[in-house]
Amino acid sequence: MAINWFKYSAPSTFYGLAGKLIPYFAWPAALLFAYGLYIGFFVAPTDATQSEAYRIIFLHVPASILSMFIYLIMAGYAALGLIFNTRLSSMMAQALAPTGALFAFVSLWSGALWGKPMWGAWWVWDARLTSELILLFLYLGYIALHASIEDTRRADRASALLAIVGSVNVPIIYFSVKWWNTLHQGATIKMTGTSMHVAMQQAMFLVLVACWLYVIAVALARVRSIILEREANTQWVKELKEVQQ
Amino acid sequence: MNWAEFFAMNGYAFYVWGSYGVAVAVFAVEVMLVRNRRKLALRNLRLMRDEMGDQA
Repeated sequence: MAINWFKYSAPSTFYGLAGKLIPYFAWPAALLFAYGLYIGFFVAPTDATQSEAYRIIFLHVPASILSMFIYLIMAGYAALGLIFNTRLSSMMAQALAPTGALFAFVSLWSGALWGKPMWGAWWVWDARLTSELILLFLYLGYIALHASIEDTRRADRASALLAIVGSVNVPIIYFSVKWWNTLHQGATIKMTGTSMHVAMQQAMFLVLVACWLYVIAVALARVRSIILEREANTQWVKELKEVQQ
Repeated sequence: MNWAEFFAMNGYAFYVWGSYGVAVAVFAVEVMLVRNRRKLALRNLRLMRDEMGDQA
């Protein structure tokens, strides 16, 4: 059975598919988030040195990981749209940008609220914090650039270039703690495993998966609106039952 | 389980709940904005359809 991948790359078929998929991502996201936080706050033990403040880790680390991954996926879609002129790829990139910016903001915000009690400062011009801030500006720059160009096709191309060039910042963030060795500690979760307590690992992993599912649900929902906006003059949109009502 | 003691977070309540509170609020706002964007898109499409209807 040859799968026709291109069937779902047409906005019209993808619109229907995305609509059906959203609940399957949204509800598990909420449940896993609640379960992850339950373990994080009630099962995971108190930290020896940081006592209860360390519990911010269950939010800070997933948000930071996602802020980087979402950017790479966004740049990937933007590149696809640029190379193959596939409109849906550019729409997906545009749909991911706001959520990525939110995760970068949450990463910086939770990091600051964790840094204040532990380092004694809301903000330090540390290598990782600064490169994460640049990541946030890249997201906002991508959104602003795309919004500022009238012709959506040209906007897609221009913003795609920014996204692709900006993606060099992501490895910088990841390796910043090793290269510059400034204030932010090194990776606790390495490919070789982690020294963290089991319950702490579980909580963080659950929240990470929950956030992943959340991102997919929100991006799918947002891309459907983008499709409606961009394909407003097409016949298939006019015949949609939600438009007919 | 003493809830007051739990929420105190051993004195770090402001930082812990400040992080989680803002994050949950931000995600909630995003969900509302996404739903609102769909409503607007559909309303515009219906307006377009009505205008087309008038011309036909």
